[in-house]
Amino acid sequence: MEYFLELSCSGLVRASIYALIALGYTMVYGIIQLINFAHGEIYMIGAFVALIVSGVLTIYGFSGFSILVLAGLIAVIYAAAYGYTLEKIAYRPLRNAPRLSPLISAIGMSLFLQNYVLLAQTPDFLPFPALIPDFAFMEPIAHIMGSPELVILVTSAISMVALTVLIKYTRIGKAMRATQQDMTMARLVGVNVDNVISMTFIIGSVLAAIGGVLVGSYIGQINFYIGFMAGVKAFTAAVLGGIGNIPGAVLGALVLGLTEAYAAGYISSAYEDVFAFGVLVLILILRPSGLLGKAVKLKV
Amino acid sequence: MVDNVKQSVLVALWFVFLTFPLMVVKVNTLNNIVEWRWMNMLWVAIGAFVLSIVWRWAMARRQLKNKKAEIGEEELTQAGLWQRSTEDPKIFKPVLTVIALVTLVFPLVVDIYQTNIMVLALIFVVLGLGLNVTVGLAGLLDLGYVAFFAVGAYTYGVLNSFFGFGFWISLPIGGLMGALFGIALGFPILRLRGDYLAIVTLGFGSIAKIVIENWEEVFNGAKGIANIPRPGFFGAEMSITSATVYTYYLMILMVVFAIFITNRLKDSRIGRAWMALREDEIACVAMGVDMARTKLGAYAFGAFWAGLAGVIFAARNTYINPNSFTFMESAIVLSIVVMGGMGSIVGVIIAALVLILTPEYLRAFAEYRMLMFGAVMVLMMIFRPEGLIANVRRKYAGRKVVTEDANV
Repeated sequence: MEYFLELSCSGLVRASIYALIALGYTMVYGIIQLINFAHGEIYMIGAFVALIVSGVLTIYGFSGFSILVLAGLIAVIYAAAYGYTLEKIAYRPLRNAPRLSPLISAIGMSLFLQNYVLLAQTPDFLPFPALIPDFAFMEPIAHIMGSPELVILVTSAISMVALTVLIKYTRIGKAMRATQQDMTMARLVGVNVDNVISMTFIIGSVLAAIGGVLVGSYIGQINFYIGFMAGVKAFTAAVLGGIGNIPGAVLGALVLGLTEAYAAGYISSAYEDVFAFGVLVLILILRPSGLLGKAVKLKV
Repeated sequence: MVDNVKQSVLVALWFVFLTFPLMVVKVNTLNNIVEWRWMNMLWVAIGAFVLSIVWRWAMARRQLKNKKAEIGEEELTQAGLWQRSTEDPKIFKPVLTVIALVTLVFPLVVDIYQTNIMVLALIFVVLGLGLNVTVGLAGLLDLGYVAFFAVGAYTYGVLNSFFGFGFWISLPIGGLMGALFGIALGFPILRLRGDYLAIVTLGFGSIAKIVIENWEEVFNGAKGIANIPRPGFFGAEMSITSATVYTYYLMILMVVFAIFITNRLKDSRIGRAWMALREDEIACVAMGVDMARTKLGAYAFGAFWAGLAGVIFAARNTYINPNSFTFMESAIVLSIVVMGGMGSIVGVIIAALVLILTPEYLRAFAEYRMLMFGAVMVLMMIFRPEGLIANVRRKYAGRKVVTEDANV
């Protein structure tokens, strides 16, 4: 039973990270029908910036909590800047191009950013400082759920609630929903669609960077390649839930994270990715537009 | 112009800000040392400024071109020039003869190292031609193409190490195994489109690698399979040099064979069905094309070439391990197809040669290879989405009606 709880907890932690990244994918897809393949790279860059900032601050004698806040904040700002620039360079010129063009451009951007970090920093794994402090009150159940896990779960929950509020109740959220429904019509009623798209990339990147910082601090090491697998998994989660659908991304992440954790715990950790993709293929065969996705009527 | 410069200065400043933590700061957390690389900042500023100017100029040109295309004022593009030169036998024949001669004498004038690299490039030509069918003709985006390449390579490796099969028996088996896997993987994803297809095929690619890595008994895991024999010639003993030259000629034959088959197939019933499927699936099915058979055909045919290329790859290297079959390889083959111009055979050949040979000969740039691949993929999509050599669409050329003469 305890083992089961432990696995469930690690599954939930995975799921919340996947969800944070998957939200960025699904929001972008909902608005411009593009798989932002470089989204995982934004997550990786967020983690790297946090690592560098915390390293510099430690050397210059800052202490625990201020490092966490500053590193997290700067990482988020940089991720947002990268997301914004990425959209402007690689996707905006291709707004009206055939479907395959922006996708290939995205794969190119992903390769570029990975190798940019590899060349600018290092190809090796870097140790990531444990930014999250150990809470005394988590001591009794630390073998099932430690402080880092708790922080990850709480932070992701807060971020998701914040995102929901932003989309439901603010002006920009309304503009985003309008653009998602009908871009031309939104433009006609005075929504600045270009700004909305930029904003979507920025919000997605912020969420991804939060995920990156949390994972870096939780796992304790990062390298330039972490974004690829995380991105693929998060995208899988988004597709599972029905891409373009925000609650779907969270649900998909839950299914994926728990499947992986149980498969790794009860069957074999070497094959956890196989199970993750297996679930994806299975669900797509049964429901080709994902768990919560609406079947789109196709016309010529 | 002044405006451009002003804007470019701003862009340069933005990129200095953007690249600051990654390019300038380098922390060593073990010894607690921070390395400040201020020179990098200068390079980024200069680079971003120059690129921004070029970018602006190119964008303006692109807009102009689009506008011209809108009014119907067609430029005589390179594609047009290309088409005319291929149709004119006076240019076409001597060029082809020269190319054929150069390829034939190539291994005799250069050393074994160069020949070996050329064999690798030719393997990628075949891979590119194969993926060109799936992506370029049928429009099915496959991000896990390397899985079929691995199937071919491991078919030969396993058959050889367990049953002692030779190269010539393994070659067709490898191709067929590739095609079989193409059908097996294609079957469950028939209903998926575009983006869903991309992620599932990417998943298949990674699953293939994981299975190879972890199935020790058959594939020898991460250690890989060694001592795979080179292609034999009626059991004759050959030195490494002559074996390499022999492999080279084999590859040339295979490329010619692949070109011939894909070229013929393009104009066949199934080739036309593929192109129709790419343009509009629903309309295509409504016209009576069997969607399942056509799609599976495209997967199987693309995978067949990957299987053949895999067998030759195993024979060339005499050693295979899972690290030769990562997503990077899929991405390289995809960029070959995209850069060559989707569906265009000559374009794919040129792109494969350029992409594989350039990093081999420009060793200094080797570590920048993937960075440039990425950048070129983005730039290609923005400024030349039709690829190096655009695939010329066949048009119905009916009888010309000369209207002016009718008035006389």
